[in-house]
Amino acid sequence: MAKLHERKFVSADPEKCVGCSVCEYACSMMKEKTFNPTKSRIRTIRLGPLVNLAVACRLCEEPACAAACPRDALAQEENTGIIMVDEDKCNGCGWCIEACDYGAIMLHPEKKVVYVCDTCKEEGKPQCVEWCPEEALDFVTADVLAQKARRTAVKKLFQEGVEKASQSE
Amino acid sequence: MFAYAGRILRVNLSTGKVETEPLKEELSKQYIGGIGLGIRLLMDNSKPNTDPFSPDNPLIFVTGPLSGTMGPTAGNGYAVVSKSPATGGVAESKAHGFFGPELKRAGYDAVIFTGKSEKLVYAWIDDDSVHLLDAQHLKGKSPYETDTAIREELGDYYIRVSAIGEAGEKLARFAAIINDEFRAIGRTGMGAVMGAKNLKAVAVRGTKDVNVADLEGFKEFIKMIHERMKGPATRKYRTLGTPENVLVLNALAALPTRNFAQATFEGAEKVSGEYLNEHFVKKIIGCATCGMRCDHVAVVPEGPYKGSMSRMEFECLWALGPNCGVDRLDAIIEAMRLCNHYGVDGISTGVVIGFAMDLYENGLLTKENTKGLDLRFGNHEALIEMVKKIGTREDWLGNVLAEGTMRAAEKIGKGAEQYANHIKGLELPGYDLRGLKTAALGFAVSFRGACHLRSGAYSPDVKGKVNRFIIEKGRGKIIMAEEDVYNVIDSLILCKFSRGTYYDGLDDMAKYYTLATGIEVTAEDLRKAGERINNIARLFNLREGVGTREFDTLPPKIMTVPIPDEGVAKGAVVNKEEFELGLDDYYEVRGWTKEGVPKAEKLKELGLEEFLNIISKTGEE
Repeated sequence: MAKLHERKFVSADPEKCVGCSVCEYACSMMKEKTFNPTKSRIRTIRLGPLVNLAVACRLCEEPACAAACPRDALAQEENTGIIMVDEDKCNGCGWCIEACDYGAIMLHPEKKVVYVCDTCKEEGKPQCVEWCPEEALDFVTADVLAQKARRTAVKKLFQEGVEKASQSE
Repeated sequence: MFAYAGRILRVNLSTGKVETEPLKEELSKQYIGGIGLGIRLLMDNSKPNTDPFSPDNPLIFVTGPLSGTMGPTAGNGYAVVSKSPATGGVAESKAHGFFGPELKRAGYDAVIFTGKSEKLVYAWIDDDSVHLLDAQHLKGKSPYETDTAIREELGDYYIRVSAIGEAGEKLARFAAIINDEFRAIGRTGMGAVMGAKNLKAVAVRGTKDVNVADLEGFKEFIKMIHERMKGPATRKYRTLGTPENVLVLNALAALPTRNFAQATFEGAEKVSGEYLNEHFVKKIIGCATCGMRCDHVAVVPEGPYKGSMSRMEFECLWALGPNCGVDRLDAIIEAMRLCNHYGVDGISTGVVIGFAMDLYENGLLTKENTKGLDLRFGNHEALIEMVKKIGTREDWLGNVLAEGTMRAAEKIGKGAEQYANHIKGLELPGYDLRGLKTAALGFAVSFRGACHLRSGAYSPDVKGKVNRFIIEKGRGKIIMAEEDVYNVIDSLILCKFSRGTYYDGLDDMAKYYTLATGIEVTAEDLRKAGERINNIARLFNLREGVGTREFDTLPPKIMTVPIPDEGVAKGAVVNKEEFELGLDDYYEVRGWTKEGVPKAEKLKELGLEEFLNIISKTGEE
């Protein structure tokens, strides 16, 4: 089984995300051949103008959604960590939806079974990431996210250091 | 039908009756959607000489053919059309954000509200289910407070709401309808028409698919537009935003200052786009489907207005700033926040306050009239006070100014009309027409009154493509071409900030439309639709008695008071001869009579024969 830190998932950078929802449209276009954000596997949230973020499945280890399913309809794929839904077993009860801390798994409005981001594995790469006009979405591993966070943090520290140095002159 | 929903919803607010009817395909092809379809529906669904506040005046929400698709900017718009309480003529305004596509997904190309509810209500459109719900607990609330309250009480965070504030409820003639916190159906007083119907808000949840005719072709096309949006065509909107205009116009001596007393502002640097972005802009966000993102969200970091937040664009910044002599961006941001709070058009609000300040400085208004308020130019506290008084229609002056500049001048009398800067009852935007004369002519002939968005006629002046200090033969042709394209843009409901990304203009737009709808159109078909829309709007104005030459005017200051500022524009003023020549030229290229009435052959050419009775009543044919 691929280790947790090797799994790639779709992550949005809160600094860059502008809440435009292009990702939602791209997802429904790719997966459903229509334009309908209520059928998207990634969802944007705008909590006031300054707080925007797109949210999709984070491929958790020991996923709560799968554990919550009373019908064993959800399983995590070993290699990729993608949550696979057995549409014959799923009856849309919604326990998994409640279990997910991120609101990343949803009930399909027509099929009445749950659906979740599969990172467009058949298409090769996630279409939302391809379309995001702000380059706010990344298809990354947790390791890479950690690297990015470290670099940002150090840059900030360094910048403050530079500013302090210039002030004391 | 592809892209279109194929349905029109009718809601009678007097009886509560709700009906749907199919959208005729012929109408969609001839009027596209947005303002074009809206104006046609207005014509068909209203009787002549209906008072704008009468229950019989329809209030029409319209989406565009591309609303709800992934088309950047066009995917996210809607328009509202009615008879204007400001001008008495055709009213239209557009807004982007998230509301338009939701309405399309609910399955409607247009919603026609007629009648008047007994009590304050809001319309809850949940796909096919439409209800009028009590809104008395929302009385006096801002559009954003209303939005939040409705989403909470209906229990769905993704409901989109378009609402009026206190000013709309109280029939301020330049009241706006606002969605997504600060996206406004701003101009021509649509909020007041909504208020007159006792309709506080329209809340929508739409879950239906929006399908296009050629998905692969459409995908390729929008991919191209997305790429172009990252390039030079949209640089301005992605970087400094429209407030970039402040210093550009100031350098041209075309930045109206203190109610057009001057054309340059000594405080321009302090209210410039550069200053705004450096000190106030916290984040630039986007509308649905559009990654160009242009919404410059400004937050005041310190001082008396600390924490005040609003989106800032040039026109409102100008109206509340230079036009009132105010050189403090913190106060301008707070004034703009209040405009959004009460639900009023920021342009008209700033212009009517600048007008009142001018009257105060010239002794036509006294401290008695202002209740002791020192209403001199540059007094930012007075500006804020006046926005509040107008928004709530408090005191004599607040109440009078809420009627708009034209009516306020009539009520105040004493020659106040000499200071009133409006055309057809709609306040001027921020371009000094004395030194931008193509714009002067374009603004004068615009069917919705003074407006920079009906033709963009300021563009050839500002870019130096013509001699901006004269009106000469040929300007009519420039204006007509721009108007017709802008009518198409507003009917597709493309965002004008993205207009530069359509490198091939109408050819690109025709391709876009055909890929989405499957209806084959050429650039010429679209141009002709644009021309048809301009003519039907003119016909509506004629029918209402405000469509002839005598209404295509300029404010007294523009025609009688030369620009006093030293420099390039000193002495510039529009003289009567050149203006009349300009009108003649424009009417001629339009195929209109000297009186500005479309000729019978023009109507026949555009398929508007059924309206021949309107032109015959005006005695011109």
